[in-house]
Amino acid sequence: MSPIGPAARLHIDWTRCDGRGLCAELLPEALTRDDWGYPLAAPGRVRSGADKSNVPVTGAELAAAMDAVKLCPLLALRITRP
Amino acid sequence: MWAFGRVSGLVSMVLLTASVLLGILARSGRPLLVIPRFSVTLLHRNISLLAVVFLVLHVAPLLLDSYARVNVVDVVVPFLGSYKPFWQGLGTVALDLVAAVVLTGVFRHRLGPRTFRTVHWLSYAMWPLALAHSVGNGTDGTSAPVVAAAVVLCVAVLAAAAWRMSAGFLETAAVRRSGGNARKGWGRP
Repeated sequence: MSPIGPAARLHIDWTRCDGRGLCAELLPEALTRDDWGYPLAAPGRVRSGADKSNVPVTGAELAAAMDAVKLCPLLALRITRP
Repeated sequence: MWAFGRVSGLVSMVLLTASVLLGILARSGRPLLVIPRFSVTLLHRNISLLAVVFLVLHVAPLLLDSYARVNVVDVVVPFLGSYKPFWQGLGTVALDLVAAVVLTGVFRHRLGPRTFRTVHWLSYAMWPLALAHSVGNGTDGTSAPVVAAAVVLCVAVLAAAAWRMSAGFLETAAVRRSGGNARKGWGRP
């Protein structure tokens, strides 16, 4: 994460998500997967106490995050600005 | 025109089959050997669009061909054709279904996942109609190589459909069925 903070946040809509894993492939440094396949913010990515559904992404990751939004089979992702 | 329309029809049938197979694979959430999941999804989309290109190259030359006697109405409304209207009509229905599936695919983000998925299911009706049209209507439809190819495509899609309905279809099936007792070794970093 750059010192000035994240370029954007990737919002995960858990009611839509089915854990197909495309987003975690596209953003290997921002997301991991739990045992059921659902995406999780990588360790240390979300400040403790902050909303885990809004994962900060860096400027370098923004293009991949947009690809993930476009390709998510369940349309469960959205980019929100910080 | 006539020969061209025949060949492009056969090519689009193969591409439609590849698209159905890749769609089922994408739905499983599994990568394809070294091809990651998002690439499988992109392959599914791009091969589908290539199939549409060949469908245009299949229909348009036959519209222009005086021997085929296909008119614009036959492209949209089934079973009105002058040559083998039933088998041609199956192709028309399949073409209408492809149009619905492609349009809802292109506007997926505006329509929402439920509409997209409901219409996308029509692909499973489209494929057997297209295959029946290929064999029943094609000039070469009952020739040995085409029938052999049709059998191969059929076996492939039936196998994929059986896999689709099997309990272990999803990549995460084993873990999700165990009801919380995570199987060791899956998805752990």
